[in-house]
Amino acid sequence: MLQIFVNADYDFVGKRHWFYGVSLGAVLLSIASIILHGGLNYGIDFTGGALVQVRYEKPVTVAEVRKGLDELGLGTAIIQQFGDAAEYLIRLPPAEQNTQQLGDRVRGALGKAAGTGVEIRRLEFVGPQVGRDLQVQALYAVLAGMVGILIYVAFRFDFRGGVIAILALAHDVMVTLGALSLSNLEMSLPVLAALLTIVGYSINDTIVVFDRIRETRGRGPRRGHSLADLINGALNQTLSRTILTSFTTFLAALVLLIFGGEVLRDFAFALVIGVVTGTYSSVAAASLIVDWEAWIGRRRAAVATPGRAASAPGVSKGATQAARKR
Amino acid sequence: MRRHLWVRIGLVAAVVAVAIWYLYPPGKSINLGLDLQGGIHLVLGVDVAKAVEAQVERAGDSVRAELDKKGIGVTKIERSGPTELVIQIGSPQSWDAALATVGEVLGSFERKEADQAAGRIVMALQPREATQIRDLAVRQGLETIRNRIDQFGVAEPSIQQQGENRILVQLPGVQDPERAKALIGKTALLEFKLVDDKVDPESALKNGVPEGDEILYQRRVDKQTHQERRIPFVVQKKAYVTGRDVATARVSIDQTTSEPYVSVDFNAAGARAFAELTEANVGRRLAIVLDGNVHSAPQIRERIPSGRAQITGGFTSQEATDLAIVLRAGALPAPVQVLEERTVGPSLGADSIRKGLISTAAAALAVVTFMLIYYRLSGLVADLALALNLLLLLAAMAGFHATLTLPGIAGIVLTIGMAVDTNILIFERIREEIRGGKTVRASIDAGFARAFRTIIDTHATVLVSAAILYQFGTGPVKGFAVSLAIGILVSLFTAVFFTRLIFDLMYMGSRRVERISI
Repeated sequence: MLQIFVNADYDFVGKRHWFYGVSLGAVLLSIASIILHGGLNYGIDFTGGALVQVRYEKPVTVAEVRKGLDELGLGTAIIQQFGDAAEYLIRLPPAEQNTQQLGDRVRGALGKAAGTGVEIRRLEFVGPQVGRDLQVQALYAVLAGMVGILIYVAFRFDFRGGVIAILALAHDVMVTLGALSLSNLEMSLPVLAALLTIVGYSINDTIVVFDRIRETRGRGPRRGHSLADLINGALNQTLSRTILTSFTTFLAALVLLIFGGEVLRDFAFALVIGVVTGTYSSVAAASLIVDWEAWIGRRRAAVATPGRAASAPGVSKGATQAARKR
Repeated sequence: MRRHLWVRIGLVAAVVAVAIWYLYPPGKSINLGLDLQGGIHLVLGVDVAKAVEAQVERAGDSVRAELDKKGIGVTKIERSGPTELVIQIGSPQSWDAALATVGEVLGSFERKEADQAAGRIVMALQPREATQIRDLAVRQGLETIRNRIDQFGVAEPSIQQQGENRILVQLPGVQDPERAKALIGKTALLEFKLVDDKVDPESALKNGVPEGDEILYQRRVDKQTHQERRIPFVVQKKAYVTGRDVATARVSIDQTTSEPYVSVDFNAAGARAFAELTEANVGRRLAIVLDGNVHSAPQIRERIPSGRAQITGGFTSQEATDLAIVLRAGALPAPVQVLEERTVGPSLGADSIRKGLISTAAAALAVVTFMLIYYRLSGLVADLALALNLLLLLAAMAGFHATLTLPGIAGIVLTIGMAVDTNILIFERIREEIRGGKTVRASIDAGFARAFRTIIDTHATVLVSAAILYQFGTGPVKGFAVSLAIGILVSLFTAVFFTRLIFDLMYMGSRRVERISI
């Protein structure tokens, strides 16, 4: 029988401050990268503008493409080779201009400049208004996704679980955005789809761990076992499945990154990063429970009289349990 | 737990049969999105403000006509702001009659100001009325565009209202996107206006036009130099006959010049108006104006009773065909603007399909191999479940008439990775129970039972994301949400129900089971 982590016994909770450090570092790095890049690198879906993918009959140079575009006077175009040297992606800045005949004009000018036939393989135009609308809606969508999951987790577990899950999710989204920013990739609609998928998927590992914690706790407190032991136990027992489930999804995302072509590249990249960080964050998130309980316990002890602290209506079973031990 | 074994086998068989039935014939049953088969995706914004303004201006014309008929002098009627009309009465003695007439004609307006000393009446369109005009403009626009596309001939077009004043048009497999766009986006407001020959266009450009007139241009492209010339015309604002009165329009070829032109037949009312107009204005020039551009301005030689007019103006035969189509389908009640366009050429679509198939196959191969190596015989069961999952996913998409897009294929690839998660959760649990010292059968029971709650939770969160994505997304992204959601739901059936059935068949028989390959 092939097995990984059969009798895993790592002290995750004991090393949790390392996790916090790494996560905080990654999030800060992401924020720094985004700020240094002057915000997220929004694609035309969100800024408005036009994108034309052209294929020449024979390979041409970027200079030849630029020469053709300059004649049209459409503003500063970004030209990017797409696959081989016969295919280019041209980004045009947002303008109130109509797209009427834009494709025909680009085809004509490029063909004339390069002296070869040109095929318009893809043309996308997004008006500035639509782009602005989408930026706002995208933010709402990610927030709505998080709130939806907060509500679900809070309902199935407890409010504390929901808040911790959201922290983990915000971390995953932030780190993924940071990785996109560091790699100079664009925030497009498909990337947003990847982010929302990460929101829904990366929580899974956290749920598996939470489920196990609840199950172990349901058997009643064991003598000599602290909350940290309980969480460590749950993490170690579920470690193999956490890694395995993520691994298969990681495989699928990786395949998309390799074989999916340029159109899906950014999307697949975001997924690959998101799956990895989502798996990692579930371990850190579960460890957070310990600090949460300790914090609640301290506050209780400070506010309530010692006698009432133990019997106070607990926010969660863990809180009373932690209090009882003291 | 061998309960209802035959019922469960029957259920799986029935589901498979239904799935195959939906997927038959292969290749035809699933709609491919525009990004896969090529085509145009357009979001048009209807300029509803213009529709309201036009309505207010038309109301102004009616008031002027009615006041004229009653002999009440009017100095000026003009629109101020989007919904207000300012009426300046010339003769103070007929103030009361003017006030009554204005109130009568402008039933859908409310009076904002009536200043007898200044002879000034300000009427404002009721907000409810304005809302109605906006709604109507979008609905009529939708209808008109649908008519045009039907006449243009596109297989399976999709034309829908999106939000308050946007129209989503999807045209799969269109070869000439520029032409289709021009056809859809043209307002196609046809007007017949009299040229004001008393005013010289050049001097009007410098000194302004008389009240009730406007300057319109005729565009002439020189065939040799491709230079565009703009020739100004001073015409009366009032349109005597419009595209509303057109019964039909068709392309004809001029016998002498062999240039195509569009021949327009008016309906009865239009023919009468046209006959009256031509009779009263013999010798004057009549400008044929389309979307504010003068196409031609022939001289009226005699009364034209036939109710037929010709629009010439150096058309190519395609332009003439398209003009005839838009005239037959009618004018858009308000101008539209392209807010978003996504055009994919057929060759790129074919490319995407190929890459999608390769990705799906590669992902399936990787995951299937991994499951076989790691879980051996049980891995094979999970792989069977995965195959069933893909079959059902495709069948569900066919059944719901969902559209498969490139992100949708990505969703399927991801589903491959996620669907086996459920099996991994179950198998790991079974292994754990076996390690805990339980018998194989007890372990299987416990494994399924205990993993189930976790499985439900994990599925629910992915579904929450997919639902929000569906709500938010446009075209391709929606496709991703759909395939992800269906894949996740189907995996409940395949990874839990189907896997359990196979396990029951393998291990829950009357034989004693000592070992399990997991």
